[in-house]
Amino acid sequence: MKAIVNVFLKEGVLDPQGKAAHHALHSLGFEGVSDVRIGKQIILEIDTSDKAEAEAKVKEMAETLLANTVIEDYTIEIA
Amino acid sequence: MKVAVLRFPGTNCEFDTQYAFEKLGHETELVWHEETTLPEDIDLVVVPGGFSYGDYLRSGSIARFAPVMKAVKAYADNGGKVLGICNGFQILTEAGMLPGALKRNHHLHFISKHQTICVVSNDNAFLNKCEKDEVLNIPIAHADGNYYIDEESLAKMEANGQILLRYSDAEGNRLVVNGSVTSIAGVCNETKNVFGLMPHPERAMEAILGSQDGIRMLQGFEA
Repeated sequence: MKAIVNVFLKEGVLDPQGKAAHHALHSLGFEGVSDVRIGKQIILEIDTSDKAEAEAKVKEMAETLLANTVIEDYTIEIA
Repeated sequence: MKVAVLRFPGTNCEFDTQYAFEKLGHETELVWHEETTLPEDIDLVVVPGGFSYGDYLRSGSIARFAPVMKAVKAYADNGGKVLGICNGFQILTEAGMLPGALKRNHHLHFISKHQTICVVSNDNAFLNKCEKDEVLNIPIAHADGNYYIDEESLAKMEANGQILLRYSDAEGNRLVVNGSVTSIAGVCNETKNVFGLMPHPERAMEAILGSQDGIRMLQGFEA
């Protein structure tokens, strides 16, 4: 089954890339954007049909490697 | 003194690091990342600069799982001295051997230039040959040098003398170079045997190349 991990900088940790994109959107005349955060999406193909097992495995992967929990948060979607 | 210099795929400062320590009269040995042990009788492990594993995912995030890092962790846990320079600093924070993390520079540019840095604390095995508040001229070359640490941990590190270096002007006033929290350029762990910095002391060994301030920094480990 497919697992989607979204990784992004924690609330309160300044996101330099998001800030630059926000500034660029503003320069291009796009109004009403109050914040931009840039993260990354990691898509995994997991060899199991057990959703709970997949979720537990992916959580361990996220904690170990995919996210740096000092500065990043993550979400997991199992599809 | 005998110095082990680690080498990962993508490391590119290992020869400069060897040159620097050999110029000071020390023996060096390159250690490939697949090794599971460190050479015997070493006095220092250096994790040098470069772009280990292409900086994929996050700088240092893959290298920290290389087989040799288990041996480095055990060496440090046993009191051994470890120095991470630039990518080496990133690897040591990813490995949890140093507090904090290194984010993309706040202006998103790669910086490569000589930079003045101020010695914040010299009460350690690394900077003991430098004066407190002394301003050194050391090259920097990085895209991910924006040091992050939460406020509570920062206060503890300050109180324990773990903030080693800050980016500064020539007078020693803090300077924003890459967005680092309080302009931090280098730190150490709580037990003061693991050190990390973004500037490259091994590139400041010859006056003809712009600075030899790196000599006194690296000589600290001789004590």
